[in-house]
Amino acid sequence: MYSYLLPEFIVERREDRCIACRVCERQCANDVHAYDPELERMVSRAEACVGCQRCAVLCPTGALLIRPHPAEYRPNSSWTREKLQDLKKQAETGGVILTGSGNDKPYRIYWDHLVLNASQVTNPSIDPLREPMELKTFLGRKPDTLEIDLDNGGVKIESALHPNVPVATPIVFSAMSYGAISYQAFQSLARAAKEAGTLFNTGEGGLPKEMRAAYGGNAIVQCASGRFGVDPEYLNCAAVIEIKIGQGAKPGIGGHLPGEKVSENISVTRMIPRGTDALSPAPQHDIYSIEDLSMLIYALKEATNYEKPVSVKIAAVHNVAAIASGMVRAGADIIAIDGLRGGTGAAPKIIRDNVGIPIELALAAVDKRLREEGIRNKCSILAAGGIRCSADVVKAIALGADAVYIGTAALVAMGCTLCQKCYTGKCNWGICTQDPYLAKRLNPEIAGRRLVNLLHGWSHEIKEMLGGMGINAIESLRGNREHLRGVGLAEWELDVLGVKGAGE
Amino acid sequence: MLVKRCFASERRLPAKESEACGLFGVMDITGKRFGGEMAISAMKNIKVRGNGLGGGFAVYGLYPEYRDYYALHIMFQNKMAKEQVESYLVENFNIVYDEEIPTNPDVNLFCPPLVWRYFVAPKKKGEEQALSDDDFVVSRVMYINTSIEDACVFSSGKDMGVFKGVGFPEEIAAYFRLAELYAGYLWTAHSRFPTNTPGWWGGAHPFSILDWTVVHNGEISSYGTNRRFLEMHNYYCTLFTDTEVMAYAVDLLMRRQGLPIEVVSRIFAPPLWDLIEHMEEREKKLYSTLRMVYAPLLINGPFTVIVAHQNEMFGLTDRIRLRPITAGAKGDLVFLSSEEAAIRCVCPDLDLAWTPRGGEPVVVRQGSRDHLLSLPESV
Ligand code: SF4
Ligand code: SF4
Repeated sequence: MYSYLLPEFIVERREDRCIACRVCERQCANDVHAYDPELERMVSRAEACVGCQRCAVLCPTGALLIRPHPAEYRPNSSWTREKLQDLKKQAETGGVILTGSGNDKPYRIYWDHLVLNASQVTNPSIDPLREPMELKTFLGRKPDTLEIDLDNGGVKIESALHPNVPVATPIVFSAMSYGAISYQAFQSLARAAKEAGTLFNTGEGGLPKEMRAAYGGNAIVQCASGRFGVDPEYLNCAAVIEIKIGQGAKPGIGGHLPGEKVSENISVTRMIPRGTDALSPAPQHDIYSIEDLSMLIYALKEATNYEKPVSVKIAAVHNVAAIASGMVRAGADIIAIDGLRGGTGAAPKIIRDNVGIPIELALAAVDKRLREEGIRNKCSILAAGGIRCSADVVKAIALGADAVYIGTAALVAMGCTLCQKCYTGKCNWGICTQDPYLAKRLNPEIAGRRLVNLLHGWSHEIKEMLGGMGINAIESLRGNREHLRGVGLAEWELDVLGVKGAGE
Repeated sequence: MLVKRCFASERRLPAKESEACGLFGVMDITGKRFGGEMAISAMKNIKVRGNGLGGGFAVYGLYPEYRDYYALHIMFQNKMAKEQVESYLVENFNIVYDEEIPTNPDVNLFCPPLVWRYFVAPKKKGEEQALSDDDFVVSRVMYINTSIEDACVFSSGKDMGVFKGVGFPEEIAAYFRLAELYAGYLWTAHSRFPTNTPGWWGGAHPFSILDWTVVHNGEISSYGTNRRFLEMHNYYCTLFTDTEVMAYAVDLLMRRQGLPIEVVSRIFAPPLWDLIEHMEEREKKLYSTLRMVYAPLLINGPFTVIVAHQNEMFGLTDRIRLRPITAGAKGDLVFLSSEEAAIRCVCPDLDLAWTPRGGEPVVVRQGSRDHLLSLPESV
């Protein structure tokens, strides 16, 4: 515990309700609550509380109220409480401040400044409950044109096609590795992806052997800078292979899974000795240039007999459009772009909060650049980082994405409350932890069901929005920025988004 | 098209126009030529589908005596435009004959421009000799349309021509004296009900490139997606109408890529995934590949289109049939229209009339009875 710090949260217990059942004590991995036998009542150490709300939700009598600590320093717009507290922590430890989940700073969220169109009079809206409405999407490289053979009355396709992977709805679970998240959480994602006909992403921690047969077909397997868990079977059991260059929450930064978390099963899956730190270097040390990327892309294609699309995931950085264009030319079939608000299991706070650009602007710029170069259909675009609801999905697709990655939204569906303490390994919701006592709180059957429900709910909403626009197939929305208008945006922002202002 | 217009941001692109329209087409499948009376009376019959802001006709088999030359119908808003165009034509073509298209000055129309026709053969120089005649003509026509102010090429095909302008179709027909002067084996006609458009003769339909003409009714909700895909194939929209997008898509798929209408109609109006799932293996592969590759050319939202070119005409409506199309046949004559009434009005004793399924093309070809293929599944 740090000295000189104000607690972040305050724990209020209504004594008239508390029955000292000690549920809160058992639920809190941060040891906030304890039973005092002498006083015969529960006591709390608020300074250890991270505000995950686990105890408050599970308290059978609703006796607990956890809220941000109201104590304030003298108000100062420049030296905020957060800045002061961070300074004090560093003064005490001399270290880098770590954090989890995504950037929580008030950068403009463009989704909230974009509004959608609907049909009136000149064009009928379509009721998705009565009319077909199609969300199926193919991820992968498409040829420019098709050679078609028309001999003897039949129509036959002559062109050789690149591998493409269908998803039933344009929502894919983004990379969360086994190690960063619990086996249970990892399995929940896999189950949900399979049931909903979409994909999950293994992240860089490998795919446990016993899951390969059942869930490989719905897996995007990552090949990241640490190369953990990469073997031929891993690559060949998957639907898609993804080379991870960067991550929105920490562009330019590697990863570090501490040795304590490298349990037997994780060590086998990652193919590293038990108890050793799993260090992912910041760059891939065999990729120092675009040609190197191309070599790795083709090495992976060779290893999988050109049967799988290869995705390359980058963080949205300043010249993202030019980089994306290079990636497509280097042979990437899918490019995944992770924006400023993308989540993480652990990242230096200073990086998470200051590096990268918003996904909306990055996506618009990439889609435009690829179209200008005539190579947009040579790849699919997956947009990631800060997709919070179905409207964000629709807006992303209208800006040019083929599909979106959701990470944080999926975690929240499983129980996460964005306490940002994923890096501590003490996730009270059993998601970001390897502690068996905590992890078993998450039942893959139930969490998987919640994820499937989420996908269903969003898909229904997407259909409603499409129907309103008079569109009955998602592909007719892709890059269709005519269906977007900006509200409260500056000229340059509208220009970058390629979207007219409302009323224009 | 083919001339890239640079806007600092896509945000600056003009908004798309929206409109609703009446369509009619008639073809004699033996190639016998006939006058414009049917097309004109059909358009009169469906007057409510237009509002007098645009009407036009495309006629095939129009200039048999010049059938080897490209017939350019060009409108000029002033003399200067004409001079500019003519010096450009002389540079690029051998002009074998030209004249003003005769008009009837007694018909009172809004700002009629000067409309002239030229019969030309390409004069290709240097590297351009590698270009096909068609591609050469397309590039020259696009140059005139985008770069010479106050001039617009109505049509540029062989043995065909487009007559169009601001007014009801029957007024346009009277103005250009269609009924008295011309005959053809295929006529299509269009009446327009734009919701926001300045009266400009070049903006009326049929829309045409080479001998392809498109008349279209609808409001395409996939416009932005379609337009962006076409841009990648060097078609740059200048009119910002759905019809323009349709015409370019037809040109790309049919003329440049040589796909038959049976395939193209499955690109514009593809079968639903649920249906594809239940097809036999070969078809399944064909249709899912078409959908996958040409997804950006799915035409979404309500539309009916009649496309014509040399010896062929076809009609198609969107896959959930949000706009009507009716086909009719009598002897060697085949009709297509947005309204059955228009067909019955000009041919009361039809042998057959049918409404094809959404996404099912009616293909009318010279010397064939392919149009009947859409009959068994009609609604
Ligand atoms: S950390 Fe979570 S479980 Fe513990 S006291 Fe705070 S809110 Fe409750
Ligand atoms: S995953 Fe767990 S630790 Fe991480 S933010 Fe969510 S609740 Fe907190």
